[in-house]
Amino acid sequence: MITLGHYLVLSVAIFTVGTIGFVVRRNLLVVLMSIELQLNAVNLALVAANRFHPASHAGQVTAFFIIAIAAAEAAVGLAIVVSFFRLRHTVRTDEADRMRH
Amino acid sequence: MIPHLLTALIAVPALGAIAILFCPRQTPRFLRYFAMAVSLATFGLSLYLLPGSLGRAGFRLEETVSWIPSLGIRYHVGVDGISMWLVLLTTLTTPIALLASWESIQSRLKEYLFSFLLLESAMIGTFLALDLFLFYVFWELMLIPMYLIIGVWGGGRRIYAAVKFFLYTMAGSLLMLAAILYLTSQYDTVAGKASFDYLDLTRLLLPPDTQLWLYLAFALAFAIKVPMWPLHTWLPDAHVEAPTAGSVILAAVLLKMGTYGFLRFAIPLFPNAAHTLGPTIGGLAIAGIILGALVAWRQPDAKKLVAYSSVSHMGFVMLGLMAMTTAGAVGAVLQMLNHGVATGALFLLVGVVYDRRHTRLIEEYGGIAKIMPAYAAVFAVIMLASIGLPGTGGFVGELMILLGTFSAWRAFEMPRLFALLAGTGVILGAVYMLSLYRRMFFGPVRNEANRTLGDLVGREAICLAPLVALVFVMGLYPRPVIARIEQDARQTIEDVRAKQRLGRDLTEARLLEPGELSRTGESIDLEVPAPPGVPGGGQ
Amino acid sequence: MPGLNEISLRPGAPDQYWLLLPIVLLPALGALVNGLFGSRLKRDTIHTLACAMVFTSFALSVVAFLQLAALPHEARHLTYRAYEWFTVTLPAAFGSAQDYRIPIDVAFRLDPLAATMLLVVTGVGSLIHLYSTGYMAHDESPGRFFSYMNLFTFAMLVLVLGESLPVMFVGWEGVGLCSYLLIGFWFDKDENAKAGMKAFIVNRIGDLGFLVGIFLLALSLGVLSFPEMEQVAAHAPTQLTKPAFDLSFSLFGWDIAWRPAIATIAAICLFVGAAGKSAQLPLYVWLPDAMAGPTPVSALIHAATMVTAGVYMVARMHFLFVLTASGMAVVAVTGALTAVFAATIALTQNDIKKVLAYSTVSQLGYMFVAVGVGAHVTGVFHVVTHAFFKACLFLGAGSVIVAMHHRQDIREMGGLKALMPRTRWTFLAATLAIAGFPFTSGFFSKDAILWHALARDSGRYGILPPILLTLLLAGAALTAFYMFRLYFLVFGGESRADEDTLAHIKESPSSMTLPLVVLGALSIAAGLLNPEALHALGLNVPLTFEGWLAPGIEEGVPAVGIAEMRKPFELPLVGASSVIALAAMGFAWIWYRRGPSAEAERLAARVPGLYALVLDKWRIDELYEATIVRSLRWLARAGHEAIDKLLIDGIMVHGVAGAVNLTGRVVRLVQTGRVQVYAMAMALGTLGILYKLAVPSTDFEARVDGRSVTVNAAEGAGYEYRWDFDGDGRWDTQFGAERRAEHRYRKAGRHEVRLEVRNAFTRSVGEHEVVVRPGRRRR
Repeated sequence: MITLGHYLVLSVAIFTVGTIGFVVRRNLLVVLMSIELQLNAVNLALVAANRFHPASHAGQVTAFFIIAIAAAEAAVGLAIVVSFFRLRHTVRTDEADRMRH
Repeated sequence: MIPHLLTALIAVPALGAIAILFCPRQTPRFLRYFAMAVSLATFGLSLYLLPGSLGRAGFRLEETVSWIPSLGIRYHVGVDGISMWLVLLTTLTTPIALLASWESIQSRLKEYLFSFLLLESAMIGTFLALDLFLFYVFWELMLIPMYLIIGVWGGGRRIYAAVKFFLYTMAGSLLMLAAILYLTSQYDTVAGKASFDYLDLTRLLLPPDTQLWLYLAFALAFAIKVPMWPLHTWLPDAHVEAPTAGSVILAAVLLKMGTYGFLRFAIPLFPNAAHTLGPTIGGLAIAGIILGALVAWRQPDAKKLVAYSSVSHMGFVMLGLMAMTTAGAVGAVLQMLNHGVATGALFLLVGVVYDRRHTRLIEEYGGIAKIMPAYAAVFAVIMLASIGLPGTGGFVGELMILLGTFSAWRAFEMPRLFALLAGTGVILGAVYMLSLYRRMFFGPVRNEANRTLGDLVGREAICLAPLVALVFVMGLYPRPVIARIEQDARQTIEDVRAKQRLGRDLTEARLLEPGELSRTGESIDLEVPAPPGVPGGGQ
Repeated sequence: MPGLNEISLRPGAPDQYWLLLPIVLLPALGALVNGLFGSRLKRDTIHTLACAMVFTSFALSVVAFLQLAALPHEARHLTYRAYEWFTVTLPAAFGSAQDYRIPIDVAFRLDPLAATMLLVVTGVGSLIHLYSTGYMAHDESPGRFFSYMNLFTFAMLVLVLGESLPVMFVGWEGVGLCSYLLIGFWFDKDENAKAGMKAFIVNRIGDLGFLVGIFLLALSLGVLSFPEMEQVAAHAPTQLTKPAFDLSFSLFGWDIAWRPAIATIAAICLFVGAAGKSAQLPLYVWLPDAMAGPTPVSALIHAATMVTAGVYMVARMHFLFVLTASGMAVVAVTGALTAVFAATIALTQNDIKKVLAYSTVSQLGYMFVAVGVGAHVTGVFHVVTHAFFKACLFLGAGSVIVAMHHRQDIREMGGLKALMPRTRWTFLAATLAIAGFPFTSGFFSKDAILWHALARDSGRYGILPPILLTLLLAGAALTAFYMFRLYFLVFGGESRADEDTLAHIKESPSSMTLPLVVLGALSIAAGLLNPEALHALGLNVPLTFEGWLAPGIEEGVPAVGIAEMRKPFELPLVGASSVIALAAMGFAWIWYRRGPSAEAERLAARVPGLYALVLDKWRIDELYEATIVRSLRWLARAGHEAIDKLLIDGIMVHGVAGAVNLTGRVVRLVQTGRVQVYAMAMALGTLGILYKLAVPSTDFEARVDGRSVTVNAAEGAGYEYRWDFDGDGRWDTQFGAERRAEHRYRKAGRHEVRLEVRNAFTRSVGEHEVVVRPGRRRR
């Protein structure tokens, strides 16, 4: 029997992978992918919660929101990455420090 | 009678400023004439303040509109015999300043005129506001256009001067905001309703300790604007870097905000604190009078000299206010007007030669009385007004201030030396002004470049003529002005004295009962119970 | 137009004396027209206009004078009240609840004293205007000159006719302004401009004293117009005489009690003003420098009229001065010292105008002695005679200077008596008068001063009269000597001018000599107005001047009378002063009749230090420069460099800015620009907050007070607490939000206090601490 706990463990695992990826990786594309992982981990937790508490559909509704936002974020994020690449010919995050200077 | 006159006074220049934003940039002549028309219209409107201004103390033409009801903030404006003259001074000097920059400002004209009209609106609003929140809004609003005028159209070190001006004044006014908020929260606690209204808040009696801190916060904001020694160092920089018109407005109107703030807000709201700190602030005023004059004397730059002379002159005004006598207060307001006229004119005059030679260094001139006789004559008249020669406005104001201070040492323990020390400012005033005049106008013509200087042209003469006329009117027949100032200054001082008596031993904030002030008219306890039967001096 | 209805001109009032208005305003009109349009008018028009205004004013003054004289004694005053200038409201400083108001009117008042001065000002003024048309005939800006001259006359008339102290002060500063403008008239020379400025500033120092005097009187009397003040002084003199100040001080361990009356302080303050205007010690320094102005200016302003304003003012305020013996003593002693001091300087000067300038200072000292001992009539009489002979001397000097092509050194002159006969004779007449040659005007007025200095009620002054007399006699001798030295060096002997100059020397035009003749005649004859000395000789000549003035300014208020016991000295004094004057003249004749004197040079060579010191005017200017001016300059520099630039701007303003800047730089190090570092920090922060929320904090403090213990646990969101005070494992309280608890121990000794805190997530954590309840025995 798969309980809510199982889902949540999986969700936490994916979220942790995403967080670590976001913090340690230097490639902007990978960083973006890590963010997607985090978002999807949250989606998973929400959908699972909805499955076990089906009275309200808050979990699923929120998941849809997140999916929409993730799409927008991916679009904008990738656009930024592309223009950043054009500017600096690199996609490394530690070189994206123009605003500091 | 014009309905909503005060709102119109604030709105006309503001609307004019907005309209200018929609005008095409390519038509500088049109822009100039339009701005001038707006400012002249405002001046015309402000003349309607005069009818009915005599006879009754208190605010007239009040308008009240609820603004943020939950906080008790209202749009409340009104005018009395004190603010009326300051508004008139504002509306008079704005067209003069615009005319003075008719030719010298060529770049970003649209923005310049916008700033100027916005500034005028904010200045008028500051003088008319009777709601502390509204007052604060106008007070800060004033800062921005002036900042731009110095920072964009100023001289070489304009950015430094503009930032210094902005930060100095901003630092003070933020503390004032905090004090306003605390004051209104006290009112809320005592009265059970929120209000920022001046007329409500003056009914609040606070214990002397509380007053002290709030007064200090208000006083700091106002003292920076005055500017009082030792918070004055922004002024010389701002004046030197500002364009002529900016200096004129700064000297003629903006500095008056500080002293007006003391008389309208700081002293009536916190009378006991004002009394306690009176000698201290009076002492600083004296330091300003003397040191300002001495430093002015040694300045090589004509504009800086006039700027420091402002420090000295405004010290007189502060001294008159701190005396807390009717004569002192009337003299102070009168001197605000005189200083506005005379120093405004002095900046115009320095601007005249600056436009021709592009230097303000006194040593570059010398002997130009021969070359520019009309200019020299006007300069002499204004200089004499500035040093308070009898027959010019400065004399009556200084006499009243000194007499008010002199009489204060009996009534309010003002150190008796104060008037005497301040009197040395009268001597030193003559020293620096005459030495400026001598170095610029007398002696042989040393600099060949000065031989070809042209005398005053029509536009400059038109700028100066009303100011010269006012110098004499204020000196020879100041009675209509004094009568209107006095009815309100006297009321203010009497209320302040009554509130001082009521608030002396207060431990908890409370509200004045209606009519309570007029009931406390018993004689004041004096240190010296002394003299006079004052024969014949009664009426 | 608002405001017009309040203008309170009072033309309808029946007691208005209209004539004063044109007398005062005509010169102002002339000044205005010449000032505004002078550069476009023809020279003749300017001359005619300026002279016409003053002459008309003079003519009207004569009319006014006659009308005044026609009135009975006690009603001899005529007033024109123009409008209310302003009102001063003074606080209820004196115990009454009401503020009191002092209305100050623009009003002019003619009484015998004012009428006397009025005639001198307009009369001598007219002559000098006429003279100026000749003297300034080739000047390039006549419009400006005559505008200033007319303006001066206007200001002087305001001073003389002003009905109250503030109005008088308008004239007072007005004449100072005109003096400034006229001294610096030829402003393209730096020295002239500087001299004008010096005059103005020194006068302003005096004016501050004047102002303070006005304040004191305003506060103690509550009125400022002369008749009202006099009334108060006459009816309630205690108002002024009771001690009002405590200026006691301690000096070297001595406690000196000084509690002067208002009258004393006010009188001294007013006298400071008078000393500034009338060039008395220590404020005389501007007058010699003022000779930089055109000579008619020196004659009009710095000899005949303006400088005597101080004397006039003291006479005007006689009711105040007579109330204070010490105040009067200050006036008299200052006058006497100035008289001698200035005379010593005049001995050595070589500039014709400088000699006359110091002589003016000296003569003004005589006038102050007179008013200082209470002999106001005598003082004013000397003002009048001095106006005649000193104006004559200056105008004569001007005539000489023009002839000498603007050379003023008397060592280059000599022998002019044949070349300029009219100038010479009038100059001689005036010199005789000032030297006190018997029966000239100067003789009568100066002799009267000597006599009154000795004779006025000695009880008030103690040993003062003989000291004053000695000083004044010495001054008289010096005056006679230096004036004749001047006369002989200029007119006597052989000419020492160079050929070129000599060839062009000629008598001045009649526009210049006519005033000289009139003034010269008056210098000789005017003494007959008040020949007091003749009374000593037993001749009962009427004293016109005294009869005219004395009722106003010497009677009424408790006056200072003449001590009867001194009467016998009057005749010897007349004799002594005549002899002294004649002897000094003779001495000058012996030394200087042929030009510069070898004896004098030998004498000077014997005391070179002293001679140099006197020649250098006792180096008073240098003293002021080294002390006052230099310290002010130092203070100015300190104020600017040290305070403004260093302390305020440098340390405070830039210090605050620097501190903010530095903080910014430090904090900026955290801002790496790497998103991942930020994210890491964010994650760590979030974890921290989560931990705080998840694990409650369990700090508590326990305070033992006698038998009971009070515990106080740390605060936290949604915390609940339960306590076990004796460590027995049983909870003494249930979970509750109250952070404080109290427990009484039955037994003394050690107790363990345990706390358990439960937070909103129902996590609970425990904490324990041992407390000791002191036992009874140990107490």
